[in-house]
Amino acid sequence: MIQLFNVSKIYQGEVTVEALKDINLHIKRGEFVFLVGPSGAGKSTLTRLLIREELPTEGQILVNGKSLLRLREREVPYYRRKIGFVFQDFRLLMERTVYENVAFAMEAIEMPRHEVKEQVPAILEMVGLEDKLNFYPHQLSGGQQQRVCIARAIANNPLIVIADEPTGNLDPDTSWEVMNLLQAINKRGTTVITATHDRDIVNRMQKRVIALDAGHLIRDEERGEY
Amino acid sequence: MRLSSFEYAFRDAFRSMKRNKVMCIASIATVAVSLLILGCAWLLVLNSQHLANVMESELEINAYIKQDVTREDALNLRRKFEAIGGVAQVTFVSKEEGLKGLQERFGEDTSILDALGGNNPLPDMYRLKAKIAEDVPRIAGEVEEIPEVENVRYGQGLVERLLALTNWMRTVGVVIVVVIGLAAIFLIATSIRITVFARRREIGIMKLVGATDWYIRWPFFLEGMMVGLVGAVLAVLALHVFYANLVQNVVLTLNFLPILRDTNIILNVYKWLLLIGTFLGAVGSAISLRRFLKV
Ligand SMILES: Nc1ncnc2c1ncn2[C@@H]1O[C@H](COP(=O)(O)OP(=O)(O)O)[C@@H](O)[C@H]1O
Ligand SMILES: [Mg+2]
Repeated sequence: MIQLFNVSKIYQGEVTVEALKDINLHIKRGEFVFLVGPSGAGKSTLTRLLIREELPTEGQILVNGKSLLRLREREVPYYRRKIGFVFQDFRLLMERTVYENVAFAMEAIEMPRHEVKEQVPAILEMVGLEDKLNFYPHQLSGGQQQRVCIARAIANNPLIVIADEPTGNLDPDTSWEVMNLLQAINKRGTTVITATHDRDIVNRMQKRVIALDAGHLIRDEERGEY
Repeated sequence: MRLSSFEYAFRDAFRSMKRNKVMCIASIATVAVSLLILGCAWLLVLNSQHLANVMESELEINAYIKQDVTREDALNLRRKFEAIGGVAQVTFVSKEEGLKGLQERFGEDTSILDALGGNNPLPDMYRLKAKIAEDVPRIAGEVEEIPEVENVRYGQGLVERLLALTNWMRTVGVVIVVVIGLAAIFLIATSIRITVFARRREIGIMKLVGATDWYIRWPFFLEGMMVGLVGAVLAVLALHVFYANLVQNVVLTLNFLPILRDTNIILNVYKWLLLIGTFLGAVGSAISLRRFLKV
């Protein structure tokens, strides 16, 4: 489903940074993958390549057999609709309610109004926020905000969910809520890729672990540990 | 785009106008002022053209025939006058008729003929009417070329002066409108830029969830066009009140002044003002989106 061939990403600036170096990787449909490594290892860079926010400097990336390098500008939005993105800092719209934050993603892909009205409550029920529809983000705890973010990510039924340090700002208990939610989404058949440096979670979940260090892929294990 | 996407776009446009009230009102006011000036200039030009047209129907060219031309030759000249382009009507006025007309103007008390010693000094003449006022000077020139014609008289430069004035007003109007129109576009562009800036986080998330560029652009376009349209509506309302009052006052006090009252022409001006306002708004947004919304 996701294939990377000799992918490198070099940032040219005042100093040249090789954020990713010669990465080869294959992720199958329905997998749950941890992307681990210390800060600056290149985890976020890899996720940005996967949502086609950036292009690799070298190498090829195929998603569903289609090359991201060959994707035309106007095809990018349609490609992104297949991917749900979860951020460390949630990126919710503060002046909109929970309902509006989720509806926003559906409206952005031009879903008709009546479908939006029907589906938002169902999705919020899935993440356990059915009673917080009209709350504003600042009225929610960090874990609840992250669940809104996840609800928004899965609102359009993506094939892949990519979460970049989704528990980075959360305490251990809330982190587990979020991870369980991601696992539940994975159980429905969605491919989930989670970048994290939360050792405890990775070790206990016993999933595939891909370890990066200074842009190099140093380890790729089924049922791995941090 | 789907219908509901337009609903979303309208909702977002209104939302950001509410959030950006001051800038929004400033833009609307600028559009309104510039279109009001444009409208006034336009109505002024239309009115002076109207005046020229009214005068045209009253303005004649008198071509006096030389005394040594026989009556028969004089009558045959008619074809030559009729052949001149732009001439609507040709009337022959014999010297006898001319004298009769003069006599009528002086009244019955004194006989002009007697006063002149039994000699009619008037020449035969042709009275021409032009189809449009602009042509009068040219027709007069051509008439003067005819050998049998002694001299030509017409509105003594009045038409020329009126037309020059109309052209001058048109030029000044265009210059004023271009300057203020640019200011309006600039203000709308600035206001949209502020909106884009206020919504950049939202735009970033939209892009990540797969919104197309046009879905992202539409609310800003609508906002610009609505600012332009509202400004234009205000300008049209002000212009309408002003002009209706003017017409009433002119009709009551300066009855002889032919003011333009053709509702179709005036409605057409209003329609164009509304279109121009909306267009200014769209151009303003387009400038901002090109420069500040790299989607
Ligand atoms: N836009 C960028 N411009 C320049 N350097 C960048 C940019 N994004 C990331 N980097 C660099 O690339 C390396 C990898 O960063 P990142 O992928 O964010 O790591 P991680 O998410 O694993 O902490 C870091 O050294 C970082 O400074
Ligand atoms: Mg990171």
